[in-house]
Amino acid sequence: MMSFHEARLANGLTVVAELNEQAHSIATGFFVKTGARDETGDESGLSHFLEHMLFKGTLKRDALAVNRDFDRVGARHNAQTSEEDTIYHVTALPEYMPAAFDVLADIMRPVLREEDFDTEKKVIVEEIKMYDDNPMMVAYEAAKAAHFGRHPLGGSVLGTVESIEAMKVERMRDYFRRRYAPENIVLAFTGRGEWTQLLDLAKSRCESWEPVGQPSRTVAETSGCGGFRCIERPDDQQETLVLVSAAPSLEDRARYAAGILAVALGDSSGSRLYWEIVHPGHADMCDLSYQEYDHAGAYYLFLGCDPEFAEANLDRVAHVLHRVRDHGIGQEEIDRARNKILARSMIRAERPMGRLMPVGGYYTYFRRHVPLDEEIAAYNAVTPDDIIDLMHRFPMRPMTLAAVGPRLDLEPVE
Amino acid sequence: MTQSAVRIEKLPNGLTIVAEPMSALRSAAMTLLIPAGAVFDPADRLGRSAMLAEWLVRGAGQRDASELVAAFDSLGVTHNQSASVTHLSLSAAMLGTSVEPALELMADMVLRPHLGAESLEPIRALALQSLSSLEDDPASLAMTELRKRYFGPAWGRHSGGEATSLEAMSCEDIQAAYETLIQPSGAILAIAGSLDFDRTKDLVARLFGDWKAQPVELPTHVSPEPQVAHHTKETNQCQITMAFPTLDINHPDYYKARALLAILGGYASARLFTEVREKRGLCYTVYAGYEAMHKQAAALIYAGTGSDRAQETLDVTLGELDRLRKDGIDEEELDMMRAGLLSGLVMQQESSLSRSATLAADFYHLGRVRSIDEIRLALASISADDVSRHAKDLDLENRTILTLGPEPLRIGSA
Repeated sequence: MMSFHEARLANGLTVVAELNEQAHSIATGFFVKTGARDETGDESGLSHFLEHMLFKGTLKRDALAVNRDFDRVGARHNAQTSEEDTIYHVTALPEYMPAAFDVLADIMRPVLREEDFDTEKKVIVEEIKMYDDNPMMVAYEAAKAAHFGRHPLGGSVLGTVESIEAMKVERMRDYFRRRYAPENIVLAFTGRGEWTQLLDLAKSRCESWEPVGQPSRTVAETSGCGGFRCIERPDDQQETLVLVSAAPSLEDRARYAAGILAVALGDSSGSRLYWEIVHPGHADMCDLSYQEYDHAGAYYLFLGCDPEFAEANLDRVAHVLHRVRDHGIGQEEIDRARNKILARSMIRAERPMGRLMPVGGYYTYFRRHVPLDEEIAAYNAVTPDDIIDLMHRFPMRPMTLAAVGPRLDLEPVE
Repeated sequence: MTQSAVRIEKLPNGLTIVAEPMSALRSAAMTLLIPAGAVFDPADRLGRSAMLAEWLVRGAGQRDASELVAAFDSLGVTHNQSASVTHLSLSAAMLGTSVEPALELMADMVLRPHLGAESLEPIRALALQSLSSLEDDPASLAMTELRKRYFGPAWGRHSGGEATSLEAMSCEDIQAAYETLIQPSGAILAIAGSLDFDRTKDLVARLFGDWKAQPVELPTHVSPEPQVAHHTKETNQCQITMAFPTLDINHPDYYKARALLAILGGYASARLFTEVREKRGLCYTVYAGYEAMHKQAAALIYAGTGSDRAQETLDVTLGELDRLRKDGIDEEELDMMRAGLLSGLVMQQESSLSRSATLAADFYHLGRVRSIDEIRLALASISADDVSRHAKDLDLENRTILTLGPEPLRIGSA
């Protein structure tokens, strides 16, 4: 009932599919291995800006036609840009996939008209302003920049109002030519479909893309700089803190232990930080999450609280981490965290869209299919000793700190 | 034609089970809605229902708070408890194998909560910080202020309450709410996914059968006068929000009203996104939506944009409303709206979580659950002319507009 297929077109585009005849819909996405970390110098924000521009028109369709042709068949489409990937995806009922895919493949070869570029620039500036009004996003960006410093992961995905306003369309066209080579893209399908038809569809729409060679990426390892940023926003009611420290990379087997540790320490309910900080009412948010990157990784801790509670909460965080460093965590805690992770993954996997991201993402980096069962087995294999080893290699010390809000006198934790 | 699998059973005490077994899924999700939301909060104890919801998870039955949360975690159940204006709700998402033990835990929370006095201060601290967080989130704050003005002091209130009320809340206040409002008359348990209906029903009857009914009277609804208001705040973006009357789900022309709103601002090729964002680049987020509150339904419009472009955004938005009323819609727009809605309905079959939410909402508003075919037929039976005629009757004179940002805006003639 579940099957996996893969092929490589003559121009280097990889096509993969995890098909499930029980599904009601089918999802598909182009995974372009490019993002903010691949930008140089004055290109800050270019990958994300380009993502917007792909919806602004092709030789066959203008922006309104792109939206209209997706909506005509009730297709749910969207795109996202991160530090390392730009993903364009659509979910549709199986009978409408050919029509939806026709649009999705079409926008992957955009015309990048200067007039559209100038209009869309304004939308990007509005998106930056929107995030500037969100203290958690401001703190997250500041923490990431302080933690990674000059490493390519320290760059901003959105860029700044200045970098966007100064951007030239020729620069974008050049970046597109280099980074959107078919060799640098994985096309994934998940859900209900027939492989030979999907492969034919992919060939008919993508075979004409010119191969230009696989672009490179700098993947220097980094454990972060342990910096400190304080951004004053006197009118904020809450103090918003983001802490960052090094964690296993995507390629590291220890990432499964890191996933379990993050849930055990910082899930929004029932975790160590929940009991120490949220349950007693010291903060209305204190979550720890684990983010894996290409040859790097980070734990992010997000905390929002009454400004007066900020340093006491930082001490509590330090205390929780200290205890885990000395004693690890017990089997029961591991089991609870694992059960949460597994149940959530299985629930997510019931929707084709929920499988699209892992299937396409893993194939982009590992060049192989990682079935859900393999991930479940990897989580099941994690032991208390693995957590101790993990804490030894990635002790969550030092912690980079960004503080946003009325306080200017905070200090980073040990 | 698909056969509806929805099963409805009302217990003698008034609790209604609305269930849909979905054999293709491994997951299940449930929501227990108790008519005990913020609308029942006394005017000097706003936020009482939200504090009660948080109190229920702090120990119940034989388990203290940490044992209760650990029991959910061990089962891999993601649980939540919260108060909306209308309901206090407990929800859970899990694998089907955990449904029965999760129901037992929920029954403890509802029927045997500890409501220990030691929890009051932590809950109060959380509630106060959550209010402060809202102040730091301009988009949510603007919508909250809009609802207050449009739906009035009872049905438009923010369930998080107000600081002075939260400060004054005593254990006795919240206990009184528990004793009078946490009862089964009018309560709905919606559950969808991997489950055996008869077993589940028997278990619910056993767990909740002794729950004593004591019907409560709903506050009467007073429609406030339409108004234009500005909330001054030093933000980068100006938040523009608007509400005007539309038709309730029980109205024979309901689907025409929903179609009209979707065409106005429900998807990427809708009027507002096209005119405000795609053609003019005025903002990143703009949409129109539908919201039902008790017997009153509202069309809501939102746009967030830089202060320098807010006036133009508002003018274009109001212009689109006028154009809709004057010129109506065409057949192609209606087809697009149908395609989107029907895809969404089919895709719901892949998610127990979204299906359980729909079961609960339909039963609450209609006293029954609509099948996909019923909705399909209703949508097929309306024409573009029907929707255009409905547009002529749009009650734009009774609109409420709330803006939030550094400067107020000018409102042109309707």
